[in-house]
Amino acid sequence: METEPTLPKEIIANLENKYRLNDPLWKQYVDYLTDILVPRFSTAEEVPSLLTDALIRFDVGAVHVKWMNFGPSYASRARTVNDIFKAQLPISAQLGVLALCIALTIGIPMGILAALKQNTRWDYLGMSVAIFGVSVPVIVLGPLLIWIFAVTLRWLPATGWGTWQQAIMPSVALGLGSSALIARLTRASLLQVIREDYIRTARAKGLQERLVVIRHALKNSMIPVVTVLGPLFAALTTGTFIAETIFGIPGMGKFFVTSIGNRDYPVIMGTTLLYAIFLVIANLIVDITYAWLDPRIRYT
Amino acid sequence: MAVQESAIGQTLERVKIKERKQASLWADALYRLLRNRAAVMGGLIAMGLILVAIFAPWIAPRDYATQILTDNNRMPSWLLNLFPSSKGYVQISEGYLLGADYVGRDLFSRIIYGTRVSLSVAFMGPLIALLVGTVYGTISGFFSGRVDNLMMRFVDIMYAFPTLLLIILLMAVFRSTTQATVPGTLRYTLTSIDARVGGMFFIYIGIGITAWMGMARLARGQILSLREKEFIEAARTIGAGNVRIMVRHILPNILGPLIVAETLAIPTYISYEAFLSFIGLGVNPPTPSWGSMIADGAMSLRSYPNQAIFPALALALTMFAFNFLGDGLRDAFDPRLRGTGK
Repeated sequence: METEPTLPKEIIANLENKYRLNDPLWKQYVDYLTDILVPRFSTAEEVPSLLTDALIRFDVGAVHVKWMNFGPSYASRARTVNDIFKAQLPISAQLGVLALCIALTIGIPMGILAALKQNTRWDYLGMSVAIFGVSVPVIVLGPLLIWIFAVTLRWLPATGWGTWQQAIMPSVALGLGSSALIARLTRASLLQVIREDYIRTARAKGLQERLVVIRHALKNSMIPVVTVLGPLFAALTTGTFIAETIFGIPGMGKFFVTSIGNRDYPVIMGTTLLYAIFLVIANLIVDITYAWLDPRIRYT
Repeated sequence: MAVQESAIGQTLERVKIKERKQASLWADALYRLLRNRAAVMGGLIAMGLILVAIFAPWIAPRDYATQILTDNNRMPSWLLNLFPSSKGYVQISEGYLLGADYVGRDLFSRIIYGTRVSLSVAFMGPLIALLVGTVYGTISGFFSGRVDNLMMRFVDIMYAFPTLLLIILLMAVFRSTTQATVPGTLRYTLTSIDARVGGMFFIYIGIGITAWMGMARLARGQILSLREKEFIEAARTIGAGNVRIMVRHILPNILGPLIVAETLAIPTYISYEAFLSFIGLGVNPPTPSWGSMIADGAMSLRSYPNQAIFPALALALTMFAFNFLGDGLRDAFDPRLRGTGK
């Protein structure tokens, strides 16, 4: 770092001027926030500029509406943070949702099976698999999967994004750890619920065991599972950094990591902000789901 | 005389009962732990790993940092049976047990030395969490009221950040070296400490800053359920001060769950370090971390899978060991929690 040549004063001044860096700090902060929060309206002809770009743009009649401007990227002269979001966010979102689906479709049935056949071979098998899933993080599972399914067996492509074959390994690598967590929670919660009186009532009135489990036990045992889904969603979206790096997926996580190395502050701030917004929305959905699962829960 | 003797006898009897009761919680837990085969195995592996970390210079056949550039990307012939897809075009060299990496460093030695990084995080993480979190939670829970409210709101705010995101941002701040070149500043001092321990210092701080919050919440919850108990009242009646009650009466009673929670958290800390090193925010090269070795090896996964697979297996083994040990400890301390995954 000490050997870096210093830029001529004029260039530094121009750069600071361009990126509004010579404003006082509080003004930079207020500008940054208003750029994101306040929608801009204009009827004038569009002048393409890195500073006035926006994530959400649409026209109402002759009025151009622009909202959520996350600013220019320092590292790339041609792209804004908005461009990065537009191109990369859908990919990360797809990956996160796929991983979540895998976590749920493996985790919940495994937990149910282990709980219904408590202390049998199935239970021990399921819970051993769960410990395995918790113990193997994405950075271990990723290379292992690539080595087995791409290099040795040649069944799946090792890297890239776009086809369904390419989506399998990253989403499994991401989702498996969470599925173990969900399986353990489902098992524990179902074991508690199944001893309740209303389950005995349901059985006593001659209901099929299948209906007892699905209608009465499962719905009530899902509350702890839903509780972790909020943080889990955040973990999956942040976990995509590793999966995206290993599997060569051009998603947000990769940009976030490289932006830290580049000290590309607008990208770092924008990404963090976006993840925070996701987390808040996910937790809100979790809260709403509570009320649906258990009508006794009321928010007053 | 006889009366006195019987009084002494009674006292002795009481002392004995007290002793047995005190020993039983921990002895019971130990007994249950030893009966859990998976936990014992986890514990043995963990102990083995600790020995490997301590005696790394004796076990490792070569230095972890010495590069022999003429030996870059080597694989011994016995590994070819394991990786048949590499047959035909990899460079064979019998001098390395698990092969050599892209600059000709012995992979086996680097994995051995990598144990030090992972295990030091496995101990520093819980240590910081226990020290800071327990003190914070104890104070908050003990004084309750406004102090408690204020302290816990702060924890809530910090808790709202996704942990991994927070650690990444912290590391990004720590690792940006622009202001660290001026001697005498705090930043410079910290950076030079960090450089001397191979980049581990900032990892400890990053994990420490995020790890204590869960512990503080747990300790506070435990204390809230304890502080109204009769024996605290009794201690207060005989004139024990706040500090004495906290240290002598409350702390021993809440230590079990805290230790269990932290043992269960060890794999998380290990994976944080591996993750940070993987994305290049962790240890400084050439310090060998399994995370950075996997990152290096992932680039040549097609031709030299050994460079990523073996560090990955080492990492998985360590996480397994601590997970089984933590699970066993939890079951041993509180058999009702068996399999709840908390």
